[in-house]
Amino acid sequence: MSLQEPGIMTQPATLPETGEKKVTPILRVQHLNVHAGSNHILKDVNLEIPRNRITVLLGPSGCGKTTLLKCMNKLTDLYRELNVSGNIFIENDNILHTTTNIPGIRQKMGLLSQRPYPLPVSIYKNVAYGLKLKGVRDKRLIGFSVEKHLREVGLWEEVKNRLNAPATSLSIGQQQRLCLARGLAVKPSIILADEPTSALDPISSKIIEDLFKDMKKHYTIILVTHVLRQAMRLADHVIFMYDGEIIEQGSPEELFNNPQTDKLRAYLVDGN
Amino acid sequence: MQLKRLFIDKINGFWMITSLVTILCLPLIIGIGLYLKAEPLFGQQSFMSLVFSSQWAPSKGEFGFWPFIAGSLYVTLLSFLFTAPVCLLAAIYLTQFSSKQLIRIMHPVIDVLAGLPSVIYGVWGILIIVPFVSDFVAPFFGTTSSGYSILAGGIVLAVMCIPYILNMLIEVFNTVPSGLKEASLSMGATKWESVKHVVIRGNYPGIISAYGLGIAKAFGETIAVMMVVGNVVKVTANPLHAGYPLPALIANNYGEMLSIPMYDAALMFAAFLLLVIILAFNLIFRYLIHKTKRQ
Amino acid sequence: MRRIKILEEKFFILLSGFMAYSLIAVLAFIILVIFVKGFNALSFDMILKIPKGGYYYGGEGGVLNAIAGSVYIAFGATLIAIAIGMPAALYINVQLVRYKRTQNTIRYFLDALWGIPSIVYGAFGFALMLFFGMNASLLAGIITVALLISPIMVRTFDEVLSTIPKGLHEASLALGSTRTETAFRVMFKQGFSGFITAILLSFGRGIGDAASVLFTAGYTDNIPVNLDEPAATLPLAIFFQLGSPIPEVRERAFASAVILTAIILAISLGARYLSKRYSRTNLK
Repeated sequence: MSLQEPGIMTQPATLPETGEKKVTPILRVQHLNVHAGSNHILKDVNLEIPRNRITVLLGPSGCGKTTLLKCMNKLTDLYRELNVSGNIFIENDNILHTTTNIPGIRQKMGLLSQRPYPLPVSIYKNVAYGLKLKGVRDKRLIGFSVEKHLREVGLWEEVKNRLNAPATSLSIGQQQRLCLARGLAVKPSIILADEPTSALDPISSKIIEDLFKDMKKHYTIILVTHVLRQAMRLADHVIFMYDGEIIEQGSPEELFNNPQTDKLRAYLVDGN
Repeated sequence: MQLKRLFIDKINGFWMITSLVTILCLPLIIGIGLYLKAEPLFGQQSFMSLVFSSQWAPSKGEFGFWPFIAGSLYVTLLSFLFTAPVCLLAAIYLTQFSSKQLIRIMHPVIDVLAGLPSVIYGVWGILIIVPFVSDFVAPFFGTTSSGYSILAGGIVLAVMCIPYILNMLIEVFNTVPSGLKEASLSMGATKWESVKHVVIRGNYPGIISAYGLGIAKAFGETIAVMMVVGNVVKVTANPLHAGYPLPALIANNYGEMLSIPMYDAALMFAAFLLLVIILAFNLIFRYLIHKTKRQ
Repeated sequence: MRRIKILEEKFFILLSGFMAYSLIAVLAFIILVIFVKGFNALSFDMILKIPKGGYYYGGEGGVLNAIAGSVYIAFGATLIAIAIGMPAALYINVQLVRYKRTQNTIRYFLDALWGIPSIVYGAFGFALMLFFGMNASLLAGIITVALLISPIMVRTFDEVLSTIPKGLHEASLALGSTRTETAFRVMFKQGFSGFITAILLSFGRGIGDAASVLFTAGYTDNIPVNLDEPAATLPLAIFFQLGSPIPEVRERAFASAVILTAIILAISLGARYLSKRYSRTNLK
């Protein structure tokens, strides 16, 4: 049992589910190093993200959480100064070493950034955008899908009468949910969320958090946050980072009740 | 489907980069084209004699460009003397002392001034500046002038260059951090003194660049100057006399340039000269501006 | 000492304020002169008729040939400039987004290109025409003006594109767009107000420029039908009519100047209005 071939691990069908703890990881990061000039931003990061759970990347600002998230769908391409090495496997694709179909791999992940970036088109077209990229031409199918995903994020009732209004006419909180719906429409299996509530008011933040709790039935969520309370409320699995390194990871009960390192202990006391 | 998209991506990417490279290569292509056209001329006359000789007799095959170069320099210098103080003071007022409302009005005013075609400036020059020179300026100095003169060219050019230089100066002055000014003010300086020290002294490279680019623009301006400058081939020091700038030479003689041997090569040489001088000015002063912007 | 300083300040504020306000006066003065002088000869015939026989000796007709020629040339040139300028600007802001230094170098060169005077483009267009064995024609005029306005198009559009937040770029890629899809579907729409400004600015420059079409477009009293026919242009119509010794014809030059000024003013104000209108729905 302990000498399993790694290849078999990635095929869930051949591996019987053995209780809660043994979920196959959906995403694996191996020996990830990121340099920016002489700065070592991520130091030999190794981790596995469990399927259908909320994994929280926790740590103080500037510890490399966001960079780690950007590595996962290779948005690091946009930053020349970032020098990335290592492997990130999403199911069977190694995204860091693929050059052909990066758009296809990126569609396995939806991104929610610190503040909403709606596309400069109508509400309807924002959600339909990903479908059109996928080559869906059937108007009825698109319409159906737009409604489904807007309902999924609880936005349908608020916007159903003004689907053709520009997305920027929505409030910030609504825009963030729209961005979530837009991401869900491409049928990802993972949601990458980079402090998605940091620009929102408390009520909108609560809505997003509640959505996440519901969504984990169908999606794997990776949430970056520096708000300890948010991590406590949502996390199924916690990864604590500090200065580019993973200090501790495990279940929230273990980490929050029984921190093993001084850094985490200090962080828990400061509360931020 | 996925393959088709990636294929379209490649095609579009190719279109994009080809366009960009084409545009960036434009000055090179223009330079080579004009040089090749002008080349026959170099077999006849040395470069130095082309530029510094005053013998202009195309039908005899003598091409000395000095009268035209001198004319261009003179007109440009005059226009610079008129514009430089106006632009500097106006830019200081607009960035340091002006009300928000004036700035809101000034933006479209500068835009429209910059957008007016040079022919319109030429018409205005003929209607206002030329009579002004012949009826007021010349009698004031006790001479006569037809009005179609280097001075008229300089004035019209000056007005044309104002929006261009002013825009750049405003951009330069807007980059001054307000902290610097406050520091100067808090040391007991009047507002004007702070402006003198912080805004003007601190922005020498920017101001010089804006002026340099304005000079380059004035040097290449064609139609408006040609309409008021008189177009007589002669080297003169009197601004009330007519002159003949380089761009006007090209524009005036395109009709006959194919009927006289080497004339077309000579005009292409003039264009080549303009291109090289103006491009050099632009590259140098734009570089200064880009460098100061990055700081 | 203190009093001298305050006096100096007062003097310079007054002087510089005078300079700033006088610019408004200069613009008003120029436009006023053109309109007052040209208004007498302005008539519907001027705008609606082409020159009849003896027009240049004071006969019947108008400058419709030149208006049409100018619009054709500016329109054709703008189309070409869009076809090469729009993708070039997008390339700088999408594909080159990670190469800050390359972006700045390209912008630097484009700015320098902007400074090349139109007479040089005109001379080059003429050389090109001879090279290909073409005659002065609508097509030659269009190509020359297109070369002249392309850098303007790129730089104006780029100015707006460069302010788009990187987050939008990331959002588009994260949805699975390819880079060109990001460019044409997202960045283009987000920068649309800049695109409109770029088009109108280029068009205005194309319609008003004389030195570049002087050699290349030729001149004719007819409205060109084919691309290989010569075309009159409004700035040249003004220029040629002014050269006439006959007062009526000179008056008409002033009237033509009114027409050109009105077109340019309309474009300039239209650009302001449209760019405001289209940037309203944008992400801020």
